Amino acid sequence: MLRDITLGQYYQTESVIHRMDPRVKLVGTIGFIISLFLIKNYIGYVVPVAFLALVIKTSNVPFKFMVKGMKAIVFLLLITMTFNLFLTQGDPLVTFWKLTITKEGFELATFMALRLIFLIIGSSIMTLTTTPNNLTDGMESLMKPLKVIKVPVHEVSMMMSIALRFIPILLEETDKIMKAQIARGADFESGNLIKKAKSLIPLLVPLFISAFRRANDLAMAMEARCYRGGEGRTKMKPLIYKKRDFMGYLVFFLYLVVTIMVGIVIKF
Amino acid sequence: MSIIVDHVNYIYGADTALKVEALKDINLNIPDGQFIGLIGHTGSGKSTLVQHLNGLLKPTSGAIYFNGQDIGDKDYNLKTLRSKVGLVFQYPEHQLFEIDVFSDVCFGPKNLGLDKKEVEIRAYTALKQVGLEDEYFYQSPFELSGGQKRRVAIAGVLAMNPDILILDEPTAGLDPKGRDDILDQIARLRQETGKTIVLVSHSMEDVAKYVDRLIVMNKGKVIYDDVPREVFRHFKELEEMGLAAPQVTYIMNELKSQGLQVDTMATTIEEAKKSILAMFQK
Amino acid sequence: MGIVKTKDLVFEYIRRDEEGNVEGITRAIDQVNLDVKPGEFIAILGHNGSGKSTLAKHMNAILTPTEGHVFVDGKDTLDEENVWDIRQKAGMVFQNPDNQIIGQVVEEDVGFGPENMGIPTAQIWERVKESLVAVGMYEYRKFSPNKLSGGQKQRVSIAGVIAMHPKCIILDEPTAMLDPEGRKEVIRAARALNQVEGVTVILITHYMEEVIYADRVFVMEDGHVELQGTPKEVFSQVEKLKSLRLDVPQVTLLAHELQKEGLALPDGILTISEFVSEMKKLG
Repeated sequence: MLRDITLGQYYQTESVIHRMDPRVKLVGTIGFIISLFLIKNYIGYVVPVAFLALVIKTSNVPFKFMVKGMKAIVFLLLITMTFNLFLTQGDPLVTFWKLTITKEGFELATFMALRLIFLIIGSSIMTLTTTPNNLTDGMESLMKPLKVIKVPVHEVSMMMSIALRFIPILLEETDKIMKAQIARGADFESGNLIKKAKSLIPLLVPLFISAFRRANDLAMAMEARCYRGGEGRTKMKPLIYKKRDFMGYLVFFLYLVVTIMVGIVIKF
Repeated sequence: MSIIVDHVNYIYGADTALKVEALKDINLNIPDGQFIGLIGHTGSGKSTLVQHLNGLLKPTSGAIYFNGQDIGDKDYNLKTLRSKVGLVFQYPEHQLFEIDVFSDVCFGPKNLGLDKKEVEIRAYTALKQVGLEDEYFYQSPFELSGGQKRRVAIAGVLAMNPDILILDEPTAGLDPKGRDDILDQIARLRQETGKTIVLVSHSMEDVAKYVDRLIVMNKGKVIYDDVPREVFRHFKELEEMGLAAPQVTYIMNELKSQGLQVDTMATTIEEAKKSILAMFQK
Repeated sequence: MGIVKTKDLVFEYIRRDEEGNVEGITRAIDQVNLDVKPGEFIAILGHNGSGKSTLAKHMNAILTPTEGHVFVDGKDTLDEENVWDIRQKAGMVFQNPDNQIIGQVVEEDVGFGPENMGIPTAQIWERVKESLVAVGMYEYRKFSPNKLSGGQKQRVSIAGVIAMHPKCIILDEPTAMLDPEGRKEVIRAARALNQVEGVTVILITHYMEEVIYADRVFVMEDGHVELQGTPKEVFSQVEKLKSLRLDVPQVTLLAHELQKEGLALPDGILTISEFVSEMKKLG
């Protein structure tokens, strides 16, 4: 069920990557994703693979754990591959019925699949090594310049961290309401799609009501504790760059340089 | 309509590092027509146990028999079981969803596939059994008071016409008045219909005067299973489990230890009063 | 003047039907006058709908009076300028333990109030530590609130309020959703704060056994104060309490019943030891 998704769930252990400032990890992840799109051929992938291997090793998160999480995206991966495989024009490789697989299609499909896998692994390292809280703090700090154009940066990050706090509570509640309705003879499993959708009403209505009640209570509790937006607020855990964070930036910068260099060299 | 719980074990998250043994070797026999109090503090396993009784949870090992049939059998009809063993969850008003009280109570019997007329008769009877007045039937359930909402939710399960009614902490969060009203109503219901009732609670004081059998659970095990006054003799052990006997038990034991000849088996104020007055008459 | 004072407090709200038309006006609080002195432990009793929670919400400026005034540490809640000052002076703990914890880690939740007040980082850490120690939850500071019991969550909420250094804390039915063990934990924490730190405590509850240690008890009914006095004075009126459908501790009830049978027992016996020593005098 919902709880089985391990993709990107925080993995508690001790490592430099875990202790690193979330901003370094955020910038690194975004940069890494962009770098993947700069690479145009297989040989170019050597650099990100080496970089990922290095990061995974230092993060102390077992590689097996990451692979387990990848199960969730197998479906997505298959769709991408199928599209590329069949819809690319070029030299026909195999033909059966009306479908043709071309050489170009085959190459593109593998290339894209690899890119997707690297992308997912790269970004899951960030979420595996950073608590959700830390992550929202990092985002808030990085997005601060957007305040100038009236983006409610603080509010958005507060909403995200509240959402994260209440997800487990609402999951538990869903489970409870579901059981309670099953005890009243409700059936959530059989029937066609329309019947299934209809059977969700007895689950969703109470869930929404409860979510609103909680939101209302929480708003009152926050006000009672003097919450009045981000203005004039101090931080218990402010983000301060340390030596290891600059090291992080440096390593990442080196990676970027090498990727681009390799790209240029291969082209000639 | 008896239930037999036979060597039931239940482990949460069996194949993870966080596994919790919620039930350990539970053996119980629940015959027809008893009024049972199931007591234990939060995490003692009482809620887990009652979810086994109507097949919402499946034992990790052991079996549960309803009328002699193993409810774990592949072809056993759990839907029928759930209509026979009605389970009212904690804070049941949180499961209300229909636009009016009457439709909400109809939900259960409708799921049983009964015809419209029968559904409505059952809903009406159930609402009467919980003592809700007609004027509320077509109101939104969300506009009622806390105690009334809870009655509607209980009626929602009663309308399935179960032989056994299990209520998981039906008085949680209610004030003393609401609590007494609900418990009195349940006692009345049991008198009128003779249904087996299992009352799950963490308060001895509340259930002691209603039930004729007390099952005390702690750390996933059944510790005591007897008539209330016998269970209260172990008030010191109950204390260690984070439970308490009714205050009367402590009063009588304290008097006795101070040399006053009173009956320490008294569990209600009425009994205590008689015993103390008898001592003075001597 | 006391720390919390209400003067002829009236609160009314307008009931509307589904279309938003006015159906009528409900008077939730009717002419309530209270004067809570610094350092007192006050209990407000009453069943649901008696107005006790509405009254509590006035002490933290979440609600403001329709008529009359509420003063917190001398400041009128009707004056908008005072609101944040009042909320810092009179902290509030609510009923549902899940719906008032904001942080995903215990210590971060306790730091939430001081953060809002703009306290410098180093001082926030000091306050968080001393508050968690005061409620006995310091060793749980790195825990996720979802892993705590109900009683522990409420203690964290109390710590969250204390970290704001209030003069008074208002506990609005903090134990209604807890089991007996959790109830004891919370009441113990509240009493310790009152006795050790000298914080004024206003406890709103419907559990009688929680009020026997209070300095003064107010019983509310239909929006007004029906009974008030020391616990002993209030519990002397067993018949009255019963007619208000409030619980009376069994020992008090038993003493009252025996008294009616002619035994010479004093009014308002609250504890077992009191009862036993009185019985020994008779026996």
